[in-house]
Order: sequence, then C-alpha cells, then structure tokens
Amino acid sequence: MNLLKISWSNLKDKPLTSFLSILLMALGIAIISLLLLAGKQLEEKFTRNVAGIDMVVGAKGSPLQLILASIYQIDAPTGNISLDEANRLTRNPLVKSAIPLSMGDSYQGYRIVGTNEKYLQHFEAEYEAGKVFSGAMEMVVGSKVAKNLELKVGDTFASQHGFDKEGDVHEEKKFKVVGILKNTNSVLDQLMVTPLESVWAVHDSHHEEEVGKGANALKLLEEDNITDEEHHHEEEAKEITSMLIKFRNPAMGMMMARSINQNTTLQTASPAIEINRLFALMGFGIDTLKIIALVIIIVSGLSVFVSLYNSLKERKYEMALMLSMGASRTKLFFLLLLEGLIISTIGFVFGVVLSRLGLWLMSKNVEQNFHYDFNVLSLLTEEFWLFLGALFIGLLAAAIPSLGIYKIDISRTLADE
Amino acid sequence: MIATQNLTFSYSSEKNFSFPDFSCADRETMLILGKSGKGKTTFLHLMALLLKPTGGKIQINNQEISDFSVSTAADFRAKNVGIIYQKPHFVHSLSVMENLLLANYLAGRSQAKDLAKHLAESLGFAEHLHKKTTQLSQGEQQRVSIARALMNKPSVILADEPTSSLDDDNCLKVVDLLKKQIEEIGASLVVVTHDQRLKDVVEKRINL
Repeated sequence: MNLLKISWSNLKDKPLTSFLSILLMALGIAIISLLLLAGKQLEEKFTRNVAGIDMVVGAKGSPLQLILASIYQIDAPTGNISLDEANRLTRNPLVKSAIPLSMGDSYQGYRIVGTNEKYLQHFEAEYEAGKVFSGAMEMVVGSKVAKNLELKVGDTFASQHGFDKEGDVHEEKKFKVVGILKNTNSVLDQLMVTPLESVWAVHDSHHEEEVGKGANALKLLEEDNITDEEHHHEEEAKEITSMLIKFRNPAMGMMMARSINQNTTLQTASPAIEINRLFALMGFGIDTLKIIALVIIIVSGLSVFVSLYNSLKERKYEMALMLSMGASRTKLFFLLLLEGLIISTIGFVFGVVLSRLGLWLMSKNVEQNFHYDFNVLSLLTEEFWLFLGALFIGLLAAAIPSLGIYKIDISRTLADE
Repeated sequence: MIATQNLTFSYSSEKNFSFPDFSCADRETMLILGKSGKGKTTFLHLMALLLKPTGGKIQINNQEISDFSVSTAADFRAKNVGIIYQKPHFVHSLSVMENLLLANYLAGRSQAKDLAKHLAESLGFAEHLHKKTTQLSQGEQQRVSIARALMNKPSVILADEPTSSLDDDNCLKVVDLLKKQIEEIGASLVVVTHDQRLKDVVEKRINL
C-alpha cells in the first residue's frame, strides 16, 4: 500500500474517464511527435542529399521539379538537354565540378541513373561487393535496391522505359551488375547507377522502335526532343537529363545561373532556394497540425481537471476519512497530483508509440511509392521537452482541483454522512 | 485508558456543549447514550482529536492530549485511536484488504497482512478480503470497519453509532465482537449511541 498504488486504483476505478484522458493526451503527443519525427527526418534526408550541390541545370520547366527529379529522384525529369550545351557550361572557370545525369529508365520500380564515377564519389560511396563500372551496360547498385531485389554481382537484367513497372522492356540490351554499394543513407541507396553510355546504347536501338507501343509520357517527351531537326543530320546527338554543378564561388555562381536562364534554352535551379520554398509551403500545414495537437493536449488536461474535480466532490468523505486515519493534507494532495502525472506519463508513452507506428506506416507507404525510407526508432530531444510539457499539463490540471484538500473540514465532513 | 474532565466545545456562541466527565480503563467498555442533537458525535470527535476542545482535559494512557497541535494530534490519533463511524466508509477504489492495510500505511506503521487476515477470520469476512468494499453487505462492511479500527492495535476504540443500521441479531454480534477484540488487544472501548438495545449488554454508561 502506497500513494502510487492508491492513485493507480483510483484511476482503474474509473476506467472510462481515465481512458478518455489518456487517449486525448496520447493523441496530442502522437501528432506532435509524428510531425517532429517526419519533419526532422525529411529535413535530414533533404539536406544530406543536397550537400555539395550548388546548382542543377536542366531543361526548362518547374525549377522545383528539376530539383526533386535530379537530386532527390522523386519527381519526373523536366526533359532532356543536349550534352554539348551542358558541356559548354562546365568549361566556365566558376564551375568546380559537374556531374551529368540521365534518367528515364527503371528496373522493378527502382530508377536507373546514367552518370559517371563522379556521382558515386559525390556520395563517398563504398563497395559492399564488386567494383565501379568500367564500361557501358555495367551497373552499380545501391544498398537498398540490392537488398530488396536480391541482386548480386554478375546478375543481368533488362531495364524498362519510364518509372512504372508497366514500361517497355528494353529486351535487346541487358545490364550486368558489377558492384554493390554500402549504405550511404542518401538517395544513392535507392538508385541503380550506370555510365551515361549505357543509357545512350539502350535508347539508340530503342529509337528505331515504333512510337506508341506502350509509350508513356516520358517516352514521348524524349522522342519529341529527338525528332527535332538534330535528329536527321546528327544521329549521334547525345542528350542528358540534367547536370549537378558545384561552384568555386557560390555567390559568383548565382550570376552565372541568371545568365544561363536568360541566354540559353537551359534552366538552372538552386537546391537551397527550392527546398526552402518547399518547406515553407509544408510549414504552414505542419504549424496548423501542431496547433490542433496542442489543443488536443489541453483538452486532455481539461478532462483530467474535470474528472478530478468531480471525483473530489464524490470522494470528499474518503479524503476526510484518510485525514482522520493520519494522512497529512500534503500527502493527499500528492495522491491526487499523482493521478494527473500517471495519466500524463501513460498518455505520453502511448503517444510516442503511436507516433512511431504512424511513422512506420507512413514510411512503408513512402518507401513503396518513392523508395524513401525513414528511421523509425530514434527518440528526439524535442520529445523530452514534450514529455516535460505533458507532465506540466497533467500536474496543473490535477493541482487546481486538488487544492480543495486543504479546505476539507474533517470533523464536519465525517459527521455529515 | 481514556478519561475526560470538564470538556466543553462550542460551534458558535449559541451552540455550546459541555460534557460529563468519565474515565474508561483498558479492557473496559463505556456506553455514552444520548438523543440526536445532544452532541454525541461532537463528544466523540473531541476524544478523537478531530475537534479541539474550548475547555477541559482529555487523557489517553495518562497522557494529556487536549493541547496537541494539529499534526501531533493526527499522528497520535493514527497510532493510538481506532475510530468506527456510524456508516462504514472506505476508500472506494481499494479492496477490503487494501483498506485494512491503508490504516497501517497512513499511521506510518509496517503493513500487517497477517493481522488483517487474522482479524478477517475472527470477524467473519475472510472470504471477502479481495473484493471491493461495495460488494459487501452492510453488516459485513461494519465488521470490516471494526477490523480497520483495530489494525494499529490502538489503546482506545471510539465507535459512533456502530449498530444503528443493524438488526437486533447483528447488533448484538457486533458489540460482542468489539468486546472480544478489546479484550484481546487490551484497549478501552467508548461507544456513543442512541441505540437503547446496547444498555443491557454494557455495564458502564453515562447519559448526555
């Protein structure tokens, strides 16, 4: 028999009321926690992948789309640009490094990126098995892809056109896996990387096929480009999707970006600016959800308040009885405070579990659609503050009605009944 | 033992009580009879130190207790006085056993499970120890509250109308049980009541 046990018994004695208070607390905590987790992980992913890239050059279109497609590999590419034109840019002394990218094909839903070794170096990739590609049709596979598709060094497969699983299969050219990467915790884990030449090789033969057979938007887009005037007099005009650029001096680079946008058919986009814009857009929604969660937590506090206030009226005799049996008023005050604290603590624990469950479901969904994953189990420092906040609300909600303990007239209360 | 001299109390200037002196030795039972409004419960609360007298003296075990401070009084009461109220009241959410142990806990004593079981057996509710108090009949509840009053082996047991809600049969049983229990632990028993049925079974009595 101790205070904790009496408090716990009191809560168990009113299961529905306690359940409601705990549920409200858990919901509020879960929503805030989920927002914190998702926001944090998204931001982490986004900033990790963007590191070292000052500018992306691609076909004209939405700059955000260009960034999402080229850096995060989650949107469709804006279109193709000529390799010559892109190469001309890289000769600019302001450019420190440039990585060409060519997207548009996939295998089992995972994107194939045509590029060069620099792309792998950019992520500081290390090899779990095998080595880097040394020629066309050789492929290095990201850790997650290798794991999910059970690919090994030496496996061969044919790619598909487009990013969905129903795309045309490029039967005649098969890729060979030569390297499997270690986990980099970046977008690279979800990619299959091959030299640019492979993409060109696959599509050279592809162009001779009839248009329309299983064509999707991307294919049409690409072939529209090809059927431009160049197509006839220069069959070998090489194209890429975009180029990732790092400047020697980012400030000067911005001027170069402006000039490209104005004077060429190309478009440049700054990852930092576009991602800030994206977060600003999402931020409004996140803030609204946070306010809703906060309201739910406060309602939970109110529910604790009301139930304790009511039960204290019912339990006035009980309290006087315990006082007559030697309990001090402070002890009984703590007894009631404990009820609020227990509800807060259980609510917090359930809330955190619930948020992890939510994030897990979310990441399942996101991984299926975008091959983006979330780390589910980490506890955030913000959640520690959230816990203190929850305790504070439970304490406050319990303290106000519990002060009534100090006003009980023992003799009168015992004599009245 | 318990004894009072010239005890007075007033709720307001019009409502004054003065109580007759009495003394009750260990293993003795004192019946205080009086009609409603005569201040029976007030008298009991004074002896229990739940109210502070405006005048007079109270001794328990030859110790003067009327001038104790609130916290000393609470501590003294918890350890030396067992109170049985008119209606058996308990901490609703706790089981019978837990309600008994609560008396030990609140008095700052170690929790005597064995004593609780022993009392439950001798008072005849051993099979109800793990039930909630609300599941027990009125008579059973009254016996549990007697057991609770005995949990700290007090020197004085104060009972406020312990039999008023019981039928003749149970009434005599309860008094019998109480007398037996004080015999066992060597306490004084003071019963405050208007129940005339008790006149015949208790030898010492005063009227208010």
